[in-house]
Parts: sequence; structure tokens; C-alpha cells
Amino acid sequence: MLGNLPYITVVIVAGIGIYAMMWKRNLIKVVIGVSLLESAVNLFLVSLGYRAGGVAPIYTNAPSTKMVLPTPQALTLTSIVIGVAVDALLLSFCVVIYRHYGTLDPRKVRRLRG
Amino acid sequence: MTEFIHHIPALIIVIPLLWGFATPLIGRLSKKGMYAWVVTALAITEALTIAQIYLVLTQGTQVYVMGGATYNTTIPPDSGGIPVRIILTVDAFSAFMAFTAATVTLAGGIYSITSEEGTSGESMYYTLLLLMLSGMLGMVMTGDLFNFFVFLEINSLASAGLIAYRVGKGISVEAAFKYAIISSVGALIYLFGVGILYGEYDALNLAMVASRMQFTGLDKVVMALFTVALAMKAGSVPLHYWVPDAYGKAPGAISAILVTASQASLYALFRVCFSLFGLGSNTLTTGWFLISLGLLSMFVGVTMALIQTDIKRLMAYHAISQTGYMLLGVGVGLATLGTAAFSQYGLQAMEGGIFHIINHAMYKGLLFLTAGAVIYRLGTSDLNKMGGLAHNMKYTTVFFMIGALSIAGIPPFNGFASKLMIYESTYLFNPILSIIAIVVSVLTLASFVKVFHSAFMGPKLYDVKEVPKAMLVGMAILTSLIILFGLFPNIAIQYLVGPAAKALANQAAYISSVMGGA
Amino acid sequence: MVGALNTYVTPSGFWNPILWLIAFLISLLLAYIIWSRGEKSYKKETEQVKPFFAGNVIESKERAHVRAHNIYWGFVEALRPYYMALKRIHTGDVNDYVAWFIGVTSFMLIIYFLWGVKP
Repeated sequence: MLGNLPYITVVIVAGIGIYAMMWKRNLIKVVIGVSLLESAVNLFLVSLGYRAGGVAPIYTNAPSTKMVLPTPQALTLTSIVIGVAVDALLLSFCVVIYRHYGTLDPRKVRRLRG
Repeated sequence: MTEFIHHIPALIIVIPLLWGFATPLIGRLSKKGMYAWVVTALAITEALTIAQIYLVLTQGTQVYVMGGATYNTTIPPDSGGIPVRIILTVDAFSAFMAFTAATVTLAGGIYSITSEEGTSGESMYYTLLLLMLSGMLGMVMTGDLFNFFVFLEINSLASAGLIAYRVGKGISVEAAFKYAIISSVGALIYLFGVGILYGEYDALNLAMVASRMQFTGLDKVVMALFTVALAMKAGSVPLHYWVPDAYGKAPGAISAILVTASQASLYALFRVCFSLFGLGSNTLTTGWFLISLGLLSMFVGVTMALIQTDIKRLMAYHAISQTGYMLLGVGVGLATLGTAAFSQYGLQAMEGGIFHIINHAMYKGLLFLTAGAVIYRLGTSDLNKMGGLAHNMKYTTVFFMIGALSIAGIPPFNGFASKLMIYESTYLFNPILSIIAIVVSVLTLASFVKVFHSAFMGPKLYDVKEVPKAMLVGMAILTSLIILFGLFPNIAIQYLVGPAAKALANQAAYISSVMGGA
Repeated sequence: MVGALNTYVTPSGFWNPILWLIAFLISLLLAYIIWSRGEKSYKKETEQVKPFFAGNVIESKERAHVRAHNIYWGFVEALRPYYMALKRIHTGDVNDYVAWFIGVTSFMLIIYFLWGVKP
């Protein structure tokens, strides 16, 4: 049960993120939702590679042969970097939208429809 | 020289990437130099993709191991039988998609030289353009699931930046925001699926995962995550809401290139359905998933297009509708995969769907470029304010007519050849599908008659000039390909489409190209 | 020109664009012949060139141009319920975009769990 705790956390965080994206009436909060979903996926990737009692996979002559998997960590690092870029881009869009529309309510930020 | 040939797959991705980052530096020195620099990069990429098609046709599927001791040792001897490095796997379908993407971007890049002239941040525009191209090419050529995610995000971020390029009182930014939100959610959902697959099979290589695939309950989750996320990125109904916003508000050349960017996701959708899940999954379910998305896209797309009054939004809805044809054609192929019907008509349906990809990229690219030309001269995209442009913009009118006739499937242009293949083969599968496809084609013609009448026909309302030469050259490149594929459909079918369809349908060959043996 | 390179053989026939072009040119020629033998009383620079709009007087040629939103008015009017439903779906609200995506994903999860893998 305790071993599954990271995965339960992943589901909860992803759920909060999706909730924010679907129901929050503020574009910044929608961006926070995206960011939460990113964190959930990153946590999922990292916990996939975890081995109980393993050491960091950086030694050539490892003290014990049991290591956590290096690949998911590399994936997570890449994903975090991409996530930062996405968040920065989305927030800067929010800034420009607010400047021109004077609001961040998605019900009002919809001049494109139909 | 022979050594160089094997590095072509890597060079195709690397050249736009590196040249893109160097562009702002060149732009500081000289504007003209920057244009030459960008067009050279695009032309070299285009030449390399053509060379790659030749290579794939003569030598079979190309693999390229990133950072490996040799370019084709997919499984290093000390790795325990696992392809540990990032591997580019270029089969005929990938080469075909790479050619499509490079061609449209070349035309769009030349077109941008005058259409975006004098805007602030012009050098950033070209940087993002080249990054977008690099992302697309990476998406279609990589054989690695995580690597695909990276290229998908490179492409999405660059596209979002370009959609917002002309702020336009914030409306373009609104479109870009929606696009960025929906595509990053899609990409994250895709990444979630990659994580599940990695947890199950300890591999990220598509061929490796496919060969180990067990179809457990988790794999069904992955199927849903992958297919829906990629179908959304490809812009199919009912996940299409970002398409009219993004295509409609991007600069003209970018809308044209966004079409191929969506098609790169469409490629991945097909690749996942055929090469990752393949015959082990219930191909009837996945096939009908594609077919029903295709039917919805075709019909909803074209009927929504009919009532639009914004020229680019109208064309964007047509892009959705035409994507439906590809989904329909390939979906019929997938639904019949592994049965006797596949060789009877399934393969032909797939060929039609895949042929439609390149045709669509060409004529929709051309139509977006002509729409961009109209907006460039009039300063408005509202069809209600247009009229009589044929008096002055003669070349643009001719290009628009060719594009419009082609999208409506009027012979002898290229849209007809691929639509004929789809009609004939889906008729054998299910006559109703074929009838809907024909009705949609008629409605497509009807709505382009509307655009043609309201923008180009009628009395002279504006005293405008023809657009500058560079824009005409960009349009002419795509037009010449439309006419070439229209008059000689067999060249395309024999050398591009046929091998692509066969490569896509053959899962075993894809796996063995990486895993070796058979 | 008419060879294997541009003939695409389909199950129920064949498609050759060059042959089609030749046929098209011949029919153009026929149309021209018929047209050239037609009405001779048409004169430029007279009343005949003015646009005809159901007998009403038109002030200027520019105003006679049919604008985009008037085209297919009848078609859209006939399909009004369908278009109302479509317009209601296309809200342009970014929350709805995500909701559709999540909704379709959950729907396909159920479908794939039921019929995703060959029995």
C-alpha cells in the first residue's frame, strides 16, 4: 500500500489539475492546472524508476548493485525543462490577453467562436 | 560520400534546428543575408528529404542511432538486447511525411520574405519557423516514444509563438493561448501513456515496445490516451475547437505550415495504430474509431465552413473536413487489416488516405497563402468586405482557383485522384461512407464558390495591386506540385504513396528494422 | 504522353488526366462553336450590359455585388436547428476545449476496455 503512495499522489494531483482546467474561470488558474498536470506526470515518471533502497545511478563502481533507473530521471529532467517553457509561454500569453481584453475570464476571452 | 549518406536522417532534423538558432545573429548583420540564410536552410532540408526518399526506396528502411558507435547498430552488444539509444526509424511513410513538411515550409518560408517584411522581431519569426520545421521532421522520423514527445513540444511551442506573432489587438494571442493549452494537455496525456508503457516494458523504442506488447488492461489505457491525444493534435472533430482559432489567426504562411504540423500528429496517430498496437489490438475498434472521427470531421467541418464569413476561419474548417478524408481512408485500411478484404480494397483505401495527406498539404497550403495574399493587400479577413479582387490580383486569383478546384476534387487537379481512390475503396467497404464523402465534396465546392464569388468576382471595390514576387513564388511552388500530382498521379502513387502505405501496414517489417532478425 | 505513367487503374475503371484534358478541350471547342453561332443582337455600351436585379433599379454596380453572408442563406435557414446546435457547441471557451478532450478520452477508455483487444 505504502509503495503505491506516489501513484495515488499522481492521480490526485492530476485530478486537481484537470479540475482546474475544466472549471476554473480564470486563465491563470487554467495555466496552474496545466502546471499541476505536468507535475503529476513528472512524479509518475520518477516514481516508475524508483527501486526501494537503490542508490543514485551515477557510480561506476557502485557500493551496491541496486540502483534506481536512470532513464526515467532523464525523461523527467527533459519534461521539467519543457514544462517550464510551456508555463512561461502560457503566462506571457495571459499578460498580453489581459492588456488587450482587460479580463482573464475564459467566458469573456472568447472573441473567436462559431 | 557513402558515409555521408547514412547521416541524412540526422541532418534533416539538425540543419533547421541549428540554422534556426543562428538566424537572429545573421539578422543583426543583414536583412537580405538572413533571408538567403533561411531559404538556403529550407532548400537544403528539402533536398535532403528528397534524397532520403530515394535512399528509402532503394535501400529499405533507414535507421540512425543517435550517439551510437556506428550509425546502424541499433542494439549495442553490451546492452542485453535492448535498443538503449534514441533511434530514428525512417521508413517510406516517414520519408513521405518529411518531404511533405519540408516542401510546404519551403513555400511558406519564401512567401514570408515579403509577407512578414518590416514586422518587429522578424528574425525571431524565422527562428521559430525553422524550429517548427525541425519539430515536425523529428516527429515523423523518430522511432522513440519519448523523443516524439520532445519534438511534439518543440513544434507546439514554436507554433504557438508564431500564431501569436501578429498580436492583432490580442485576438491572435487568444488563439495561441487556446492552442498552447490544448496542445500541452494533449502532449502531457501522451507522456503519461509513454510512462505507463515504460513501466510495463522497460523500453521507449516504438519497435521494442511493439514487439513486447502484451495488451494488458494498462495497454488499453495507453491506447485511449495515445489515440485521443494524437487525434486531438491532428484536429479531428469533436476535438477540433482549437483548429479554426489557430489557423484562422496565424499569419498566412504559418497557417499553411500548421496544416503539415497537424499532419505530423496524424502520422503519429496512424503509426501508433498500425505499428505499435497493430494486429494484436482489435483493429475493428481502432479502425472504426478512425472512421467515425473521419466522418464527423468531414461533415461537421464542411457544414461549419459554409457559414463562416472570415476567409481564413472558413479555410480552417475545410482543413478539418479534409483531415476527415485521411482518417476515413486509413481507417478503412485499419478496419480491414489482416483480412482478405485488405488486399481487395483496404490497401487502396490507405493509399487514397495517404495520398490525400500530401495533396491536402499542397492545396490547403496554397489556399492559405492566397488568403494571406488577400489579407496582405486588403488588411481585412472579412469576406463581407471583399469583392472584385480578380480585376487586379490576377495571379492570386488563378492560384486560388487551382487550389479551390483541387480541394473540391475537380479533375484534373490532385484532389481528384486521391478522392477517387477513397470513394472507390470505401464504397466496397460500406457504400454509405462513400456517399457521405461525395456529399461533403459537393459542399466543399459550394463553400469555395462562396469564397470565390465574394472575394474575387463582382465589380471592382478596391484599387489594389498584385502581391509582391516572393509571395507569388511561394504560391507557384505549391501550384506546380498540385498540377504535377494531378496530371501524373501514378508518379506519386508509385514512388511516394504506394511504398508509404505498404510500410505503414507492415508491422513486422517496422519491428525488425530496429530489432533485427524477423 | 498517354502512357503507364499517368494512367491509374482502379478496380472499376481507370483515370487518365491527359485523356480527360483532351476531352475537356474538345468540349470547350464544341461550346465555342455553339456560342459563336448564337445571338447576334447583343450590343456593348447599351442598356443590355447593366446588371438585372428582378426589375429593380440599381444605383451602382458596386452595390449589386452579393456579399458573403447572403450566400446560401436558404440552405442555412433550412438547417437552422442543426446550425443552432453546432453553434452552441462551439463556445470558444478554453474550459470547454479541455472538457471535450477529457470527455472523449474517458469515452474511448470504456470502448477500448470493452472491445480494445481481439478476444
